[in-house]
Amino acid sequence: MPEFEWGFTLVLLTNGVMIGLMYALIALGFVLIYKATDAINFAQGEFVMFAGFIAAGAADIFALPFWASALLSIGGMVALGFGLERIVLRPLIGRPIIAVVMATIGLAAVLRGVATMAFGAGTRAIVMPVSDEPIELGIVMLPPVQLVGAGISLAFLAAFTWFFLKSRIGIAMRAVADSQQVAMAMGINVRRYFALAWAMAGVVSALGGVVWGTMLGVDNQLALVGLKVFPVVILGGLDSILGAVIGGLIVGVVENFAAGYFDPYVGGGTKDFAPYVLMIAVLMLRPEGMFGRRRIERV
Amino acid sequence: MFHREAGVFKTSYAADMALYPLPIAKWAVAACAGLFIVIAPLTLTEYYVSILNLILIACVGALGLNILVGYTGQISIGHGAFMSVGAYTAANLVTQLGAPFWITIPAGGLMAALIGALVGIPSLRIKGIYLAIATLAAQLIIEWTINHVPAISGGVQASIQVPRPTLFGMQLKTQTQLYLFLMFFVVLAIVGTSNLMRSRIGRAFIAIRDQDIAAEIIGINIFRYKLWAFAISSFYAGVTGVLYTYYLGIANYEQFQLTVSIDYLAMIIIGGLGSILGSIFGAIFVTLLPIVTRWTLEAFGGVLFSQADLLNSISNLRLIMFGVLIIFFLVVEPEGLNRLWRNIRNYFRVWPFSY
Repeated sequence: MPEFEWGFTLVLLTNGVMIGLMYALIALGFVLIYKATDAINFAQGEFVMFAGFIAAGAADIFALPFWASALLSIGGMVALGFGLERIVLRPLIGRPIIAVVMATIGLAAVLRGVATMAFGAGTRAIVMPVSDEPIELGIVMLPPVQLVGAGISLAFLAAFTWFFLKSRIGIAMRAVADSQQVAMAMGINVRRYFALAWAMAGVVSALGGVVWGTMLGVDNQLALVGLKVFPVVILGGLDSILGAVIGGLIVGVVENFAAGYFDPYVGGGTKDFAPYVLMIAVLMLRPEGMFGRRRIERV
Repeated sequence: MFHREAGVFKTSYAADMALYPLPIAKWAVAACAGLFIVIAPLTLTEYYVSILNLILIACVGALGLNILVGYTGQISIGHGAFMSVGAYTAANLVTQLGAPFWITIPAGGLMAALIGALVGIPSLRIKGIYLAIATLAAQLIIEWTINHVPAISGGVQASIQVPRPTLFGMQLKTQTQLYLFLMFFVVLAIVGTSNLMRSRIGRAFIAIRDQDIAAEIIGINIFRYKLWAFAISSFYAGVTGVLYTYYLGIANYEQFQLTVSIDYLAMIIIGGLGSILGSIFGAIFVTLLPIVTRWTLEAFGGVLFSQADLLNSISNLRLIMFGVLIIFFLVVEPEGLNRLWRNIRNYFRVWPFSY
């Protein structure tokens, strides 16, 4: 046990908040797709990994500066989002949930295989043009990468909240998610909005890939951050952007506290375990999450 | 003897429900039994029999998962973990009590059924995507627990050595002996599943799959039957885990990770949801996929890749083909290989006068 209990707690808390905001960024991609198309993306982690590979690969192979490779990654992921929606997801509209779940699981396998074949199995680095020196605030040390990541998350979360509440496209997307038939009757081109949602998820994943890739390095283990998306979105509610933020913060803080306080007793690994236990509890008590919409079922 | 009927000429309910509607069905079953129980083990070499053994083990697991996903409509991404529950139960019984296989196999199954039913409890309140995520959580939590509790996993590397089972005082040493041993359980699983689906329980499962609220309204206790589905399906998974442990000679949680759950889901989707024959086709297909990929690459891969790249690309190509096949079947042939088989059969049914 550390000497200064309150100091240790504060460190865990700030680290948790920082990581949590970065989880929220990845969860946002998931929520976007669910909100607009009612589809579940089990390949979100692989999207992030693939985006990271594009950015790191572009920087390594063509010696591009950071900003260019990040832009290339965003462009690549938008193209990927459009393409996948057209080839894989569109034929599955109206089919049972397990079909979509399995299709995205299949997609995850393909992306993992393709990325490793194209970019090799070794770990690549993304170098963000910020200093490596952590910023000291009292006893808390914050790496600038995390600050940038948290900043990007907050900016995007705010932008998407505005987008869904106020913009014409965002409102159309909500209408499509609510009822495809009614949306069509109102003259909304449902397919176009589906494709747009996947492309937007691509943008978010690209940013997630760049930020997480800078922090962890890019290899096929990066896809594992996708497993953290599920506790985050279940806690917050699958279709709530605010929920993604709050869920991300809770998961980030909980896993840091679990790792800080329980790891010495059980020999590690609580970080990956604790969020899922929390998630099961939430599923039992309030399946739609904190901010999710409750659905009424009819026969 | 070999003809099929040219139309529906049944005049009694008994004829409609007969197990063998035509003499040819009986002959076909007898021929399959002869081929797989007598001819295959006598003619094939150890290596090919060991591949057949893997397929047999996968058959049991795929049948079990199909009961849950295909017949009852509940998603589980945690079947790999249920298998590990069975595997470690059996391994501990063998190493600590020296239990024979006729105790370890049911015990492993029952333990997995218990855990499976526990995981299934939320299925009353949550469904679809939420249930998928809950079972995913169960997979990760069970994996973690086995890996971190030495009382279950036996300490180092979380693996326990398990000797091959003994039958009539003789240990099953060769793959062929193991093959016949496994075949017994596969036949049991096939007969068990097909009878289950003809029973009251099976019909309740199908009603729940088609529309669970409607099923509840016509008087099916959906909570009880959903738990039954989870328990029965996990029982199969537990037995699969025990059989696989006997096959490998070691219980190791790494053999039952998330990818295994996904492999089994792929089996029933590629084979055909809600179909017994489909489960078997799927088990064969998914088990053979990596093996055939490797053979093909070793034979022709030298043209495309250098020898060093070959080894790396095998696992990646396997992943890619696996994912592409899942997507292909979902998009193009949602009813899987079973549907293809039925199409072929129906074509030859009235052949050569197909009009």
